Amino acid sequence: MAYSDKVIEHYNNPRNVGSFAKDEPNVGTGVVGAPECGDVMKLQLKIGDDGVIEDARFKTFGCGSAIASSSYVTELVKGKHIDEAITIKNTVIVKELNLPPVKIHCSVLAEDAIKAAIADWRKRKADHAASSEEQLPKSKEA
Amino acid sequence: MLKKPVYMDNHATTRVDSRVLDAMVPYFIEKFGNAASRNHSFGWEAEEAVDRSRNQIAALIGAKSKEIIFTSGATESDNLAIKGVVEFYKDKGNHIISCVTEHKAVLDSCRALERAGKATVTYLPVDKYGMVDPDAVRRAITDNTVLITIMWANNEIGTIHPIAEIGRIAKEKGIIFHCDAVQAIGKVPVDFEKAGVDLASITAHKIYGPKGIGAIYVRSKGPRVRLTPQMDGGGHERGMRSGTLNVPGIVGLGAACEIAGMEMPEEARRLIQLRSQLQAGLFERLDEIYVNGHPTERLPGNLNVSFAYVEGESLLMGINDIAVSSGSACTSATLEPSYVIRALGIDDELAHSSIRFGLGRFNTLEEVDYVTDRVSKEVKRLREMSPLYEMAKEGIDLKSVNWKS
Repeated sequence: MAYSDKVIEHYNNPRNVGSFAKDEPNVGTGVVGAPECGDVMKLQLKIGDDGVIEDARFKTFGCGSAIASSSYVTELVKGKHIDEAITIKNTVIVKELNLPPVKIHCSVLAEDAIKAAIADWRKRKADHAASSEEQLPKSKEA
Repeated sequence: MLKKPVYMDNHATTRVDSRVLDAMVPYFIEKFGNAASRNHSFGWEAEEAVDRSRNQIAALIGAKSKEIIFTSGATESDNLAIKGVVEFYKDKGNHIISCVTEHKAVLDSCRALERAGKATVTYLPVDKYGMVDPDAVRRAITDNTVLITIMWANNEIGTIHPIAEIGRIAKEKGIIFHCDAVQAIGKVPVDFEKAGVDLASITAHKIYGPKGIGAIYVRSKGPRVRLTPQMDGGGHERGMRSGTLNVPGIVGLGAACEIAGMEMPEEARRLIQLRSQLQAGLFERLDEIYVNGHPTERLPGNLNVSFAYVEGESLLMGINDIAVSSGSACTSATLEPSYVIRALGIDDELAHSSIRFGLGRFNTLEEVDYVTDRVSKEVKRLREMSPLYEMAKEGIDLKSVNWKS
């Protein structure tokens, strides 16, 4: 099949490939897809206390369009507030990369990855807050 | 200097051998006659060429020349064999035995008969090497069985089935045995008479001949096999396949068979050497790669490998100056990986990661070295990008992960 120039460009020069340390408190990790479906995307967002996405990394197992979709998304979300990033629709990715109909699912996966990463960050933040509260009474007792 | 792109997809099709083309050329302009024209020299010339071709084909496959019926290719031959037998022998029964890794032309012919209510079909499984068990064939036979259809060698993984054993069982039970021998003829020794094959499909373009011409072998004695024609018309080819003969194509198929017969031992030896080199080179440079198919009972030019943690289509994209094919079905709307690879019982993830290398007559050692290098580098690059590779290296069992898809 013929790939668009933009897909090929992202495939050859993927942006922000890699991983942040998972235990960094301000990192949210989203892993979507499944190996047996031939697509797994891992998107990590480094998010400031103000909710602004400072940095992003990805790793993707999948076709060229899946790699390009995740690469593009890391560029797209940087500098955005999570409230804005969470509204990003897959159609933006489809349009930017000229994805054909059979590759729409790659863009859907990328959209899901953003949501999953933000949800993970929120959960970790909430857990962190909860565990600090738990620790407070303890320290009083001591 | 290496010429690019490198073609290593010889199970899909092959380049026409210039000797084949040279043999064909006169039959387009000087000797353009219709082989069915009985009353002038143009017709006689064409008929003579067709007869010569029948002899050349018959000599390669252990057949008599009158047992060769020309068709447009293997898809037509498979359709004619399967539908032709089921329709002709409908009073004897309606059960077919086939196998899950057959070519689509066989599987879809069977399914068409099932849909039309004309046949019931048993699709036998294969072992982890892609081989069908002859005993399973025996066990599947019922009083209603009229046809066994099993390929000689598989087009994706190169596995060669125990055809002679299946042929013996078919003879013993008096059941007609069709064999799609497209990938095998000209590559490995094939003798339909000895193997107990009653019908066989062959095509020219897999053996360095032209596209659009093939044949079906139809046993004439012990038993004499009958078929209901699927094409009505002038009654060519002993009434089994009407239509003016494609004389230049037929000449090409004959020439291709003759060359294959002469060069097979040397060519097979050379291809096995190239394949071993390719396989050894990949295994030397990469960990976690797996060969799909049989370790020894395999077509000389075939190497099918799964590169764990790398998706096949993305790998093809990275090695775009090399023509190979992938079992990843990312390009298809179904998103299902190759049904042949899945039938081996390996994980779907590895099926998505499979690449088929098809070495052929015109491949060189230099090309093999280039492909080894290029593929290894790209697999390494993609693994650096693969979350699965990262997880595996961290010691996470990918099967224990609860994937949200």
